[in-house]
Parts: sequence; structure tokens; C-alpha cells
Amino acid sequence: MTSTNGAPLVEMRDIRVTFGGVHAVEGVSVDLRPGEVVALVGGNGAGKSTLIKTLSGARPPDSGEILIEGKPVTIHNPIDAKTLGIETIYQTLALADNIDAPGNVFLGRELRTRIGTLNDSAMEDACRKVMGRLNPRFTNFKKAVGWLSGGQRQSVAIARAVHFNARVLIMDEPTAALGPAETAQVGALIRQLKDEGLGIFLISHDIHDVFDLADRISVMLTGRLVGTVKKNDVTKDEVLAMIIMGKLPEEVTQAELADLHG
Amino acid sequence: MFILTSETPMTDVATAPQETSPPPKRTFGSLLGSLEIDTRLLGMLGALAVIWVGFHILSGGTFLSARNLWNLSVQTSAVAIMATGMVLIIVTRNIDLSVGSMVGVVGMFMALLQAEFLPDIIGFDHPLTWLITLLAGLLLGALIGGFHGFIIAYVGIPSFIVTLGGLLVWRGVAWALASGRTIAPMDSIFQLLGGGSRGRIGGPASWAVGLAACVGIVFFLLAGRRQRRKFGFHLRPVWAEVALAIIGCAAVLVAVAVINSYPMPEALAKQYAAEHGIEIPPGGIALGIANPVLIAIGVALVMTILATRRRYGRYVFAIGGNPEAATLGGIKTKRTIMMTFVLMGLLVGVGAAVTTARLNAATSGLGTLTELYVIAAAVIGGTSLSGGVGTISGAALGALVMQSLQSGMVLMGVDAPLQDIVVGIVLVIAVAVDTIYRKRVAR
Repeated sequence: MTSTNGAPLVEMRDIRVTFGGVHAVEGVSVDLRPGEVVALVGGNGAGKSTLIKTLSGARPPDSGEILIEGKPVTIHNPIDAKTLGIETIYQTLALADNIDAPGNVFLGRELRTRIGTLNDSAMEDACRKVMGRLNPRFTNFKKAVGWLSGGQRQSVAIARAVHFNARVLIMDEPTAALGPAETAQVGALIRQLKDEGLGIFLISHDIHDVFDLADRISVMLTGRLVGTVKKNDVTKDEVLAMIIMGKLPEEVTQAELADLHG
Repeated sequence: MFILTSETPMTDVATAPQETSPPPKRTFGSLLGSLEIDTRLLGMLGALAVIWVGFHILSGGTFLSARNLWNLSVQTSAVAIMATGMVLIIVTRNIDLSVGSMVGVVGMFMALLQAEFLPDIIGFDHPLTWLITLLAGLLLGALIGGFHGFIIAYVGIPSFIVTLGGLLVWRGVAWALASGRTIAPMDSIFQLLGGGSRGRIGGPASWAVGLAACVGIVFFLLAGRRQRRKFGFHLRPVWAEVALAIIGCAAVLVAVAVINSYPMPEALAKQYAAEHGIEIPPGGIALGIANPVLIAIGVALVMTILATRRRYGRYVFAIGGNPEAATLGGIKTKRTIMMTFVLMGLLVGVGAAVTTARLNAATSGLGTLTELYVIAAAVIGGTSLSGGVGTISGAALGALVMQSLQSGMVLMGVDAPLQDIVVGIVLVIAVAVDTIYRKRVAR
């Protein structure tokens, strides 16, 4: 957070995405530094998930630039993103329910033996190691993940993202499906990864989570960036005003803020 | 598809780590647990045993004769070969209704090639006729499968529609290829692919195959154990490993012994004895394992490796489990689906070769309704039509269950319409039992 010398870890410049004439994302620029959590917030349809898909490779942008450590890159598909050290935890978790935890962690990046067969033992071993760090109580390494609880499934999705030494982590509503205890665990994990120097984009509906975890907050409304603020400089009400009215803290009046609680 | 175990918080999941050995109670369940046998496969074997013993009693002791079991093994081969491919098609949430018509067109093509075209080019009964024919048939099957797969994966037309169209088109083409004529006979070497009294490997070679299978079983058990130890994972108790080895080898050797107890017909045996200058032993000379059975076993092995030990298979199952997750994982889902249809086409080529060789002829009706038997075999074998679930061994067993039912009813002189009724009911019951089983396991 403190080292701001040099280029940011991720810089997205003037990103545009259009779906059949609808401008889902219109000229949005955000950036992320190592060891920083940037929250992307906004109502439904604000375009935050679409913006982040251009970084994770799920949907290439129609125009705009993405720079990693100052170097322009092109991300056409999820493999490009992963090669650049960008890992994503999707809201849906994107797990194959019929495959076990190691198989999901290594999905698309399977370890193989010298004769080209799947090295299930090595994958299970690696999966046990990363789980030991994330969720030591996780023991169901042989069961298809469809049989596991929501929290355990979340652990598998997170394990997949952190196992491959990611530099950038994208978390799309990581706590939406979780209970309070599991939410706290995910929060602790985010702080731990941040301390390890990862940059994290956190997409969330939950303003409390955001204030708890983020260093900066980028607010989107109908495909545009309202603005990016430092968490310590603003109140929750001011962020709410950005989300709902699209007004920056310096533009909003006390009367409007009072109306939020109407 | 899955019923999730209800809201177990992350903090109080199973308290016992996997490494601790199970409690020493010797219940049947813990016994199976130690052996790590798939209970569903065991259930199917149980059902098969019931069918076999039932027919044996009902048919007055003819069903479990060496002769009937030998014939059963040959009759099962073609459907079993194709069912191994259908499993992967269904696992990817697709279906192939064109299999029977493809058997017709590929079979007709191979028949014409060896009976009418090749003799004009390389001469009659050329020693390579069978090989050229077989390879050309496999190629044609793969091309048709690839064509279907391309339209399904890249154009995005549902496989049900594409292959329903294929069912009509290829049946028509099969007729047009020879204007409805029956093409016969097949090349003398090609005929061996279909079994029959010449198309088998003989007693000693059958024992060799059985012994090789036993060596394979022991090797894989040892290799698996070594691998588990290397990573410090839970090991089966030694008694369980030994029991598995003994059960596996015994099953193989008993099967070979049964097959080998079916002797050659007397005339053939006399000719064979005269040619080799030997006396006919009291039990006759064993025919041994039939070629199509050997082919089916080989296909099932290769397909099992593809499905469970290779990336391709992992991707097939991932696509079936969650297509979006597969795409986000960087899997080339379209290519994988197209390859699955290519594979299905290749297996249809093998199945068509076995069928035409066995009939020693090709007709334009060859393979009619085969798609339904192949799909039924896969489904009876535990393949879920909602995708993501299925095994090669299950499909092969499913083919055996279906053929056992039919062959048993033929033995008992049941009318054809009644046979269809029984097979249809069994299909639905098998899926019902499987669905109930899955729900119970989910809890």
C-alpha cells in the first residue's frame, strides 16, 4: 500500500464493452497496486462484473487498454489471464460438481506423469497442502465437490485461485452465499493474501464488507465510473450517495445524504 | 442434479481426518469401504447374477452353459464397443441417435469395398483386403462423427436434432450405396473379426490372455499402493489388497475356464486335429475367446484410460458437470465435444466391422435400432442423461445385461414383441433404481 513508486500492478484504461447496442461498460479506468484491496461497488447492472470479466479473460473488451506492471497486455481468454498471474473467484464458484477437489483446483492445468496420464496423487498432494493453509478442517479430497457444503465449495474455489501463485486476485461477491462464520474466514484470508503482496479486486454488494476490507473504493453506475475514493477519506453514507445518485462526496449535499435514510 | 448436504458450516466438517483407520467393526459396509469397491458396480453385477441364475432356472439349465455364455459374449461385443463411446457423448450432455444408421452406412461401405471395389483393384482375396477395408471404415466413421460433432459444437445445433437428422440421412445413404441390395460374402480374413468357429484365438492363447490380465491386475494394485505411499496417503489394509487381487484374478480365470470349456463343433475339431496331427482330447478342442470379444475388451480398456487417466476424459466430465466452469478453466469445450463425436464415429466403425463380419453380409437395414440398444446399455450402466456421470465399465456391463435379457428370452421362446416390452421395462426400472440410490447416497 505504501510503495507507490513504479507502475501499478494492474491498470485498466478506458475500457468499453457493448452487448448488442447496450453499453455495459463505458470508458472505465481503474488501477490496483500490490498489497492493495480495491473494492468495485455499484447496484445491479452497474457493469462491475462485466468490467472485471475483461480482466479475467471471460469477455474481451471492445476497446481500451490493460497494463500489467506498466506493460500493455492482451487478454483474449481465461488462459491468457492466468498466464499473467490473474486468478478469479467467480460468484458462481465455477466448480465442476461431479469432480473432486483436486480435479477442480487443477481444472485446465492438470499435472501429468511422464507418460502423459493425469497425476492424481500429485494433484491431491498439492491440494492438501494449499488447503492446509486455507481451511485445515477440509478433508473431503475424494468426494465430488457437488456433495460438499457451501463453505467447503468456496474453499475449493479459493484454493484454485491461490495455488498458482497469483499476483492479482479477482473476487466476485465472495461472501454472498456464506454464513457469518464463513464470511469472517474469507475476510481473514483476504487480509492474509494482501499481506503476502497480492492485489485484490473485490466486487461486493455489501458496504460493510467493503469498508472492512478495502483500501480504495471504485463506484460504478450504469456502466460508468462515478469515481474512486480512499476508504479512510469517506463515510459509508458518502459511498452510498455515489452508488445511488452517482454524486462524488464533494458534490453531495447534507440534505441529500439525510434523504438516503429517508 | 446433486442434492447438497444441508448447510454444514465450514467450521464443523467431518471431525476425523482421513488418515485415521476406520473403526474395527466388520460390517459389510466397512468391508466394502476397506476394499474401496464401487458399490454401484457391485449392484449391477448383482443384478446380472440374478438375471443369469433366473434364466438358468427358467430355461431348464441351458442359460449358464458354456455354449450359451460363449454366444452371449459374442453377441454383446458390438453394442458394448459402441456403448463405451456413447457414455462420453452422454456425459457431455449430448446424445447420438445416428449410431444405428451409421452402422448401416459404414457397414455397407466396408462390404462394397471388400466385395466389389478392392477385388477389381488388388485382386480377389488379397491378404490386405481386410486391413484396407477396416481402416477405410474407421476413417468413414470418424469423418461422419466429426461432421456431426462440428455442427453440434461449432454451429451450436442441439445434438438431438443433428443426430436425428443423421439417423434419417445415413439410413438413406446406406440404401442408396447399393440400391438396397444385400452385399455378401465378406473377405475371408475380414470375417474373422466377427467371431464364428474360425474367428477366435483358441484355448492356449485364451489362457495367456487371462494370465496377462492377472499380471495387469496385480501390477496396477501394486503401482497404486506405491503411489499412495509416496505421497503419504491412506493405504488400503494389506488384506484388502490381497483380497482384491485374488477376487480379480479368480474372476478372470473362471471366465477363461468357462469360455474354454466350449469345444469346437465336431467336424471342425476333426479337421483341426488332422491338420495338426493330434488326437481330439475327451473334452474336445476349445474354441477360446472370440475375436470380437477380445476387440471389445481392448476397446473398453483404451476407453477407460481415455476417460479416467487422460486430460481429454477429465475435460469431458468437467464439461458435463459444469460447461461454464470448463470454459472459465480454459478448456476448449467445442473441440472436446467434437472429438467425442469423432471417437463415437470411430467406435461405430469398429462396431460395424464386427457386425458385418459376423453376419458375413451387409444389408441396407444393418444396425436398425442399434442406437437405442447402445443408449440403453450406457444408461443401464449408470450413465446420467443430465450429464457428468458415467463409467465405461458400467456401459459394457449394461450391454451385457441387455444382451443377457434378450438371449435368455430367446432361449425360453418368448415372442419378439414381449421381449421388447421386457427390455423397455427393465430400462426404466434400472434408471429408477439408480436415481433412488443416488438420492440416498446424497444424504
